[in-house]
Amino acid sequence: MFPTPIEKTPRSWQLTYQSLLPVALIMWLLPLIAVAVFSVKPAVDFTQGNYWGLPSSFELFNNYGQVFFNSDMPRYMLNSVLITVPTVIGAVALSCLAGFALGIYKFKSNIWVFFMFVAGNFVPFQILMVPVRDLTLDMGLYNTKTGLVLFHIAFQTGFCTLFMRNFIRALPYELVEAARVEGIAEWKIFWYVVIPLMKPAIAALSVLIFTFIWNDYFWAVVLTQGPESQPVTAGITSFNAQFRAAYHLMSAGSIVAALPPVLMFFLMQKHFIAGLTLGAVK
Amino acid sequence: MTDAPAVPSTALPARGWYKRNEIAVTPWLFLAPAILFFAFYVIWPIYQSIAISFYDWDGLGEARYVGMANYVELMDDSAFEVSLWNNLKWLLLYLLAIPGGLFIALFLNQTVTGIRIYKSLFFFPFVLSQVVVGLVFSWFYLPNEGLLNGVLGLVGLGPVNVLGDPTMATYGIIAAGLWPQTAYCMILYLTGLNAVDPEQIEAGRLDGAKGWRMLWYIIIPQLRPATFIAFVVTIIGALRSFDLISIMTNGGPFGQTRVLSFYMFEKALSEYGFRMGYGAAIAVVLFLIMLVFIAYFLWSMWSEEKGR
Repeated sequence: MFPTPIEKTPRSWQLTYQSLLPVALIMWLLPLIAVAVFSVKPAVDFTQGNYWGLPSSFELFNNYGQVFFNSDMPRYMLNSVLITVPTVIGAVALSCLAGFALGIYKFKSNIWVFFMFVAGNFVPFQILMVPVRDLTLDMGLYNTKTGLVLFHIAFQTGFCTLFMRNFIRALPYELVEAARVEGIAEWKIFWYVVIPLMKPAIAALSVLIFTFIWNDYFWAVVLTQGPESQPVTAGITSFNAQFRAAYHLMSAGSIVAALPPVLMFFLMQKHFIAGLTLGAVK
Repeated sequence: MTDAPAVPSTALPARGWYKRNEIAVTPWLFLAPAILFFAFYVIWPIYQSIAISFYDWDGLGEARYVGMANYVELMDDSAFEVSLWNNLKWLLLYLLAIPGGLFIALFLNQTVTGIRIYKSLFFFPFVLSQVVVGLVFSWFYLPNEGLLNGVLGLVGLGPVNVLGDPTMATYGIIAAGLWPQTAYCMILYLTGLNAVDPEQIEAGRLDGAKGWRMLWYIIIPQLRPATFIAFVVTIIGALRSFDLISIMTNGGPFGQTRVLSFYMFEKALSEYGFRMGYGAAIAVVLFLIMLVFIAYFLWSMWSEEKGR
């Protein structure tokens, strides 16, 4: 193991390390801790200039209650859910199919189709912006959740297919060959042989895509406006305009907006990290 | 999928066309939905954007063909020049996330109690949306109320108005972007360090390799796959920077924090007028920059595929 395991180092360094850990963590998360403290402060603390001190009273329920019952925040949150969940399902489904085709079959254009997905996934959003916005307008889907979902599915399919194809490549190919010898139809091989083995990949991708889409801001601004269909990342700016300079409420709102992916990460940590680091090890 | 053979016949010679060509046709049936979606929403729009960049178009009325005029105008556009320089700053400084991530990964690669929680909490900023990161940092930087100036005040420095200062603002935003990006690189390296061959380390120790030499000659070469991914995601992240700029400064002060992706958006879709053609031209420039990297990524993936 590198660096040298702490147990094998002098006692003095062990103690230093143990005390360094929490200090480093607090420094690393300092901006976030400040916001968390802001979000439980009463408004009066800000008018009196008590920014960094302890809250003069503990207003957790008041501040977060305001966010939940006195703003458009719940609506934005619901929009985010209604945009994120269908996108996850759609992108994972499409990429399971495409990944299977590219991972199992050997045909001439295989690598080119694969590279098309990979390259498309790296493209800057801006080169798509004008045409996609136009397309969405033409289909009458501008400012709808459907319009956003359809685009997200299409774009995420690039990354998901890359992921699925590499995962399927690593599966034992003999299983497919054995099934073929048995005379099983190809779609049945997909459904009964490959899909059950892909469960970890499906879980990992779902968590990742959930986070990516929940956190999307650019497309939300380009394809939607107003609380009927905007997700929370875009909604938070109008929320902040509503509570201008009310730092306690803006902080509470931001924390609420960030919460779902954070929960997802802590609950599904294993899958999340497995997804992000696929390919980081040979 | 509904590509099941219609009737599984018992007599062999009566096999249908599908059955005979099953292996050749099936992959395309499986690929069809993904390719259709992707072509419609990603591939075709790239072509369209390039085409639009030769037109003068407000998004509603008639588009007028102007040839290279948009690109010629770019040459003299000082805002474009500023954006391009800022993109370069982003690219170079964002790469600091890679050594930064490696450093934190080395720091955390221990087995003391509670280390798993430490690792998760260090990784945590990556899960936040860039919008929230932008808000958090813009409050952190606030000239009077911000924590940064609070801390600087304790050591007798400041106050500084990071985001209000045209020369400092871009660096302030990049610092905010480095926070989640470093966390991502850290997790890649933690995974990579887990897979480092312990025997090579032992062999290195026997040969007297320690500290920096061990890191440079034995550990880093084994971390190559992690470094490659860290490099890819960092470059892409740097060129995609939009959210943070939009949230933290909205391009200001005096347009000094614009990058190509933001400037394009501003030109094409903001109150300054819907100049779709000009915006598309900026997007094409950004795309061409990205294409250099995409080509390199594909090339390294391809040589790896061949090596298998």
